[in-house]
Amino acid sequence: MEYIARQIPFPTLYSLPFIGIAFEIEEYPPETENIVMLTKQENAEKESELEEKVADTPGATRIFFSEAGAIAIFTGQTVRSIFSFPFEFREFIKQCYMIGNRSFGLVGVTGAIMGIVLTIQSRPVLADFGAEAMLPQMVAVSLVREIGPVITALICAGKVGSGMGAELGSMKVTEQIEAMEVSATMPMKYLVATRVLAATFMIPLLVIFADTLGLLGSWLGVNIKGDVNIVLFFSHAFASVDFMDLIPSLVKSFLFGAVIGIIGCYKGYTAGKGTESVGIAANSAVVLSSLLIIITDLIAVQVTDILL
Amino acid sequence: MSETELHTQQSSTQALTEPEKIIEVKNLSISFGAQHVLKNLNFHLNKGENLVILGKSGSGKSVTIKCITDLLTPDSGTIEVLGEKIEDLEREELSELRKKIGFLFQSGALYDSMTVKDNLEFPLLRMNKKLKRDEINEKVKKVLDSVGLAHALNKMPAELSGGMRKRIALARTIIVDPVIMLYDEPTTGLDPVTSREISVLINEVQKNYETSSIIITHDMDCAREIADRVLMLKDGEVLAEGTLEELEKNEDQWIKSFFGKN
Repeated sequence: MEYIARQIPFPTLYSLPFIGIAFEIEEYPPETENIVMLTKQENAEKESELEEKVADTPGATRIFFSEAGAIAIFTGQTVRSIFSFPFEFREFIKQCYMIGNRSFGLVGVTGAIMGIVLTIQSRPVLADFGAEAMLPQMVAVSLVREIGPVITALICAGKVGSGMGAELGSMKVTEQIEAMEVSATMPMKYLVATRVLAATFMIPLLVIFADTLGLLGSWLGVNIKGDVNIVLFFSHAFASVDFMDLIPSLVKSFLFGAVIGIIGCYKGYTAGKGTESVGIAANSAVVLSSLLIIITDLIAVQVTDILL
Repeated sequence: MSETELHTQQSSTQALTEPEKIIEVKNLSISFGAQHVLKNLNFHLNKGENLVILGKSGSGKSVTIKCITDLLTPDSGTIEVLGEKIEDLEREELSELRKKIGFLFQSGALYDSMTVKDNLEFPLLRMNKKLKRDEINEKVKKVLDSVGLAHALNKMPAELSGGMRKRIALARTIIVDPVIMLYDEPTTGLDPVTSREISVLINEVQKNYETSSIIITHDMDCAREIADRVLMLKDGEVLAEGTLEELEKNEDQWIKSFFGKN
């Protein structure tokens, strides 16, 4: 193993930290003795062969940076497409309908259940401190600031993100994107820009809807073991939520929408060949956008904490 | 007559007799990783001609026509389409040029989420925004009639058979009156009767729309039906070129086996 490392030219040694190279080297020891017997020219050929193998090694670091770079480039292209004339307004409206209207039911039910569960689980803890009256305030702040945006975004990553990944992936596999390109239509503008923008605008609306139903659910939850007037409940709830709670929540929701749109479209648009790629695109769109939603949330909380 | 005059006269006569080149491909090479798909490919398409490119799967046929429409960027070489070099074109210029090229994809590539009518209107509305609703409807009706599928206007692509999808895809391609037609395996996956119908349609399109076409295929019956000239590709290189009759007489073993003579 050490011998082979000596065979690699000096600059190539920098590639060694990439994860995965160890596996490549592991495969080589049986050939070590043969390399000793090689002529200078053959040795050079082997070296360049090995260099190629090192370069081709799918190290995790390399994959991470190449994927991050590709997503950054894709985001840049999307932003450029959004601001280039003419804007595909009809397709944008259609996508708003697809993303917004068709997710209402799921987001609404989830929001209501979140409200009920949060209330039922928080009540005993607050009761222990004699602060049961604070239940509406606590639920409202939790829902508006964090739970509403994050849960809605995660649900939409599953529903909308995977849909985009699968749809664009299948369009790629069946050459529909290429057909669009030769029809003098820019797929980045028609397919990607409209979807990303629609997701960016629709997710915040869905978050507001989920928050509203979450509060209604919470009121129902309160009334399981009590009798609280809805007006009283909402006046208590809104007393604790001020404008500064809404701003970070809305900003976060816009960012979550953009993340879902970009990752869903990116995964679909860059899908490989064959039907298997469609599944992979849909799956990886959900996984990556969910992860990025959590990371974005972390960053947004830190930033708004400093700014506001 | 002076020597210069004679030379000029000869050149102009030659220009008159030589067919106009619609597409000219020079030294085209493209690789995907370590795989060299096209190696210094040279050929041309004359005006009004049906050029059939024959070759085994993976010989670079589809890649060639994707390079012509700039769906793939070659590593080296030049492609001239209607006198314009593809690599020199800006995005808008390329878009304008693409309006003159019809591309029939192997899978048909109909938009799944749209009806047949919307599929046909899509390129039309994008390439000619000044068209009125009546004109659009008329054009849609005309192309659907020409492929014999007037009844499929409001159907979804999923409701159509393979042959019908190919016909609709062909209708979508010719609706914008292209100058050049590129067919990527138009008869693949179809039964012999439908294959023949598609071949007949290709000839009709050439006759009615005065197109010049490149047809990628490995269907010999289709090639016999439509080819004016044949280009045989092997491992990304031109192995032979000529009429179908000339190629059938070729003594090369590989060509013979392609014609089923081994």
